[in-house]
Amino acid sequence: MSQTVKKNLRVLLLSVGLAAVLHGVIVPMVGPFAGKLLTDIGMNIILAVSLTMVNGFTGQFSIGHAGFMAVGGYVAGLITYYGAFFLWGSTQLVPGFFSPGVGLFVVACLVGGLVAAALGYLVGLPSLRLRGDYLAIVTLGFGEIIRVVLQQTNDVIFSVDELRRASFATLVTSVGGALGFTGLPFYTTAFWVYVFVALTVVVAYRLKFSSYGRAFLAIRDDELAAEAMGINTTQLKIRAFVLAAFFAGIAGALFAHEIGTTLNPRELGFQKSFDIIIMVVLGGMGSISGAVLAAIVLTLLPEWLRFFAEYRLIVYALVLILMMILRPQGLLGLHELWEQSWWPRRRGKMVSS
Amino acid sequence: MTKLLQTLMDGVSVGSLYALIALGYTMVYGILQFINFAHSDIFMLGAWGAFVIAQCLGLTLPGAHAPLWAAFAALGGAMALCGTMGFVIERAAYRPLRHAPRLNVLITAIGVSLLLENIGQLSFVFGTQPQRMPALFPDTTLCTVLGVQLRLVDCMVMGIAVTLMLGLQWLIFHTRVGRAMRAVSFCPHIAALMGISVDRIVSLTFVIGSMLAAAAGVLYAAKYPGLNQSAHPTWILLGLKAFVAAVVGGIGNVRGAMLGGLLIGVVELFGAAYLSPHLRDLYVFSLLIVMLLWRPQGLLAQHRLEKV
Amino acid sequence: MKHSSRWIIAVSATLLTMACQKAATSSSVGALSPGAAKLSAGANVIRVGEYGSLTGSEATFGQSVHHGVMLATNEQNALGGVKGKKIEIISYDDQGKSQEAGTAATRLITDDKVVALLGEFASSLSIAGGRVAQQYQVPMISPGSTNPQVTEIGDMISRVCFIDPFQGFVMAKFARVDLKADRVALLFDQAQAYSKGLKDNFKESFVKMGGTITSEQAYTGGDQDYSAQLTTIRETHPQAIFIPGYYTDVGNLALQARKLGITVPLLGGDGWDSAKLAEIGGDAIEGGYFSNHYSVGDTSPAVQDFVRRYQASFHALPDSQAALGYDAAKLLFDAIGRAASLSGKDLAAAIAQTKDLHGVTGNITLDDHRNARKPAVVLQMKQGKPTFVTSIAPE
Repeated sequence: MSQTVKKNLRVLLLSVGLAAVLHGVIVPMVGPFAGKLLTDIGMNIILAVSLTMVNGFTGQFSIGHAGFMAVGGYVAGLITYYGAFFLWGSTQLVPGFFSPGVGLFVVACLVGGLVAAALGYLVGLPSLRLRGDYLAIVTLGFGEIIRVVLQQTNDVIFSVDELRRASFATLVTSVGGALGFTGLPFYTTAFWVYVFVALTVVVAYRLKFSSYGRAFLAIRDDELAAEAMGINTTQLKIRAFVLAAFFAGIAGALFAHEIGTTLNPRELGFQKSFDIIIMVVLGGMGSISGAVLAAIVLTLLPEWLRFFAEYRLIVYALVLILMMILRPQGLLGLHELWEQSWWPRRRGKMVSS
Repeated sequence: MTKLLQTLMDGVSVGSLYALIALGYTMVYGILQFINFAHSDIFMLGAWGAFVIAQCLGLTLPGAHAPLWAAFAALGGAMALCGTMGFVIERAAYRPLRHAPRLNVLITAIGVSLLLENIGQLSFVFGTQPQRMPALFPDTTLCTVLGVQLRLVDCMVMGIAVTLMLGLQWLIFHTRVGRAMRAVSFCPHIAALMGISVDRIVSLTFVIGSMLAAAAGVLYAAKYPGLNQSAHPTWILLGLKAFVAAVVGGIGNVRGAMLGGLLIGVVELFGAAYLSPHLRDLYVFSLLIVMLLWRPQGLLAQHRLEKV
Repeated sequence: MKHSSRWIIAVSATLLTMACQKAATSSSVGALSPGAAKLSAGANVIRVGEYGSLTGSEATFGQSVHHGVMLATNEQNALGGVKGKKIEIISYDDQGKSQEAGTAATRLITDDKVVALLGEFASSLSIAGGRVAQQYQVPMISPGSTNPQVTEIGDMISRVCFIDPFQGFVMAKFARVDLKADRVALLFDQAQAYSKGLKDNFKESFVKMGGTITSEQAYTGGDQDYSAQLTTIRETHPQAIFIPGYYTDVGNLALQARKLGITVPLLGGDGWDSAKLAEIGGDAIEGGYFSNHYSVGDTSPAVQDFVRRYQASFHALPDSQAALGYDAAKLLFDAIGRAASLSGKDLAAAIAQTKDLHGVTGNITLDDHRNARKPAVVLQMKQGKPTFVTSIAPE
């Protein structure tokens, strides 16, 4: 095996270990509510880091991220709910750490991500050819289309006889409509969330510090110049977009199977997309650790500021505006938390930001 | 036949409102090359502003009857309010970012949009409950053509919208100020060299755009008196459809915005009446996608050279 | 520049740690109960959780329910509580979002350690919170969610109101028998599961009774322009239009319908119940009929007494949400009194066994699916006020 593959594997194994520790030790220690918060943080990290790939690295403005999340969630739900019925005759959760139910769940997450990625390709292909602003509108419109289409669907089928009789087409369209896809088994645990978090962060990191990443950043800085240097900007933009959609789909799948959340078309609209954008902007467009940091802060802040609930969005909006005027690069800009230039030792040799 | 005419009338009526809002988007884009996401909230502010004015005039009390000048007072008041808001927003939030990457301004615009919506939600501002806009125009039918009732409200709405659009047309194409605006939209640097104060023109553009959106808001509230709360997604959706209208007509092109608005209104209403009403938003967005794929510069725009 | 960056990191790290600490160890921080009897937690207190839409577009629902719950609690505490212990209500706002409802329910159960949950009014939110309650085996009573799926979640979930299949039947029977209508058009909110469900139930009942549906049109909540749908409906010449939406849209709909020359009666469900309906709909909504849980004009002494007490505390007439909130709380307290212990299973069993509880919304008996079996009232908007027309009992 080559060096890079070995290095990657080591990192992934380490992350899986950490995720296991988190799930097995820390969550029981802090209690179920804090455990739920940890899971929410993990999902928001995946969303924020994946959006950074599009908004941060390539400088394209996508406001439809929640739409991909919805697609991933619904597809994964179809597999773990109806798929489980066809595989072993029940839609209930199959307990156990490595049970076939969990296996199906992981497969469902990945498939959800792939379908979201495919949709990302379909959406990105026409719109990324055009100027950046158009992508914003198209993605916003796409998110709305997803919402409208999902609202038209029929109720979830609960009874066993109906499940047996239903055709494939019926099943695919019985995802709950406006009420949402209820009844999904609660497979999401801190372990799986953080395994996927690790995957997202590692992929983002490897991407950023590779020739691909440099090309992305070139596109972000000056698209015409990048094109003139021979970079196929459209292709690369599409790739970033598709990758981001993949991870958003996974986050959606995790969201769908979490306890206490319902997959609901109304709530996965542009307001959710805005929430993710705020995280990316706050953390620094193009900074992975920045996105992680912002995701953590912005998931915990509503809980902490519960009594401020009425003013929360006003505060967010003001922070957003002030950030853009005073510190448009966000908390960390393009830098990462671990970069040398932050620490006082190397004061003499700092690279200008 | 009645249905066809009724749908056509409704489509043109709604379309003229979309056109008014689209004008604001297209003017700002023409001058600054940026999509002002907060525009739909100015539209919302216009509607709610008119409601507050009506409240102050005592029109929301039961049994109150609105004199004709009240409608124009509400219109004028709302336009003044939104014009001021547009000016303030431009100065405070967009001007510092005039030379920043476009992404930053877009995000700021989103921030302004969120700010306006949520401040509107506060109990001492507009509150979270829908309100009923008092009837500003007497609810009479002018005449009935082939089974379709022509109401005073609809005529006033279309009349005022057309008047404003013609006024804008005159401003842009037949005055010095209009020439300055066109010059700035063509090339700000050269315009500045020619002695035009770019800052002032930009402010003026925002003010005019906001005033038009305010007018659209008041007229919309006159036609549909149930005002939704300020953070309701319908306001953004309406603004979005108006933006689609601007894109379809050719963004940056004033006549295009008007044409686009009417087109979108008619498409939406006909789709809802003759196809499925469930999917009415879908028709507008599908039209957007078709336009972006086939003719991204819009129906009436000339192709712009992008300078390096 | 570098110094400011480091400052920002330091500040956000501090914020982060503070937030973590707060979130992990807080118990009653953020509790939003303006009228609550806030007592220190101890062995003498029974904690009950409430989650509702105190802000957001359906805020009047949540606020009314909250008032009803608080009235019942204050009355019970004045009588010495239940089994000698005072009741403490911990209330969280879910902003009308199902994710927040789930979080609020989780926090109430795992952090605040409540013995039971009261909430929600909107069905989709009840389902989100209900799944959490069922998972953690904590009983939950919904004051007003009418979608049948809510109690299907499990044996911990019950409700004090009727369900949509019954409500659809009620309005269908009213339309068929009282209004003698054969042809009815439907106009529902496709973005609200409640509206779609009630529409389906009405359709099923009405067709079974021999009626025909002339047209089925949909709008999206918040839409302002219904001309296309109403024009299509007008062409089909119905004798009535059933609009099972929320009051926020119905007023507007009525206005436009009248403008288009549609004069037939409008029918609706309990989503119409709000003082705002008359405010927005004005003359257009005059004469409209809707099914509801109770009538404020009900002359029975129990209801009038309740209306008086509610007005004294909150200076407003109680709507059905307030009355249902009151009844839900009363049912819970009654069950606590009867339960063998406060454990989830025992309390849920006691709740499920509720029979003939005299609530202000009627006599409440819970059936096998833990739904309340009681009659519905049909009200008519007369001079801007809902007035009692008839009461229809389950068959």
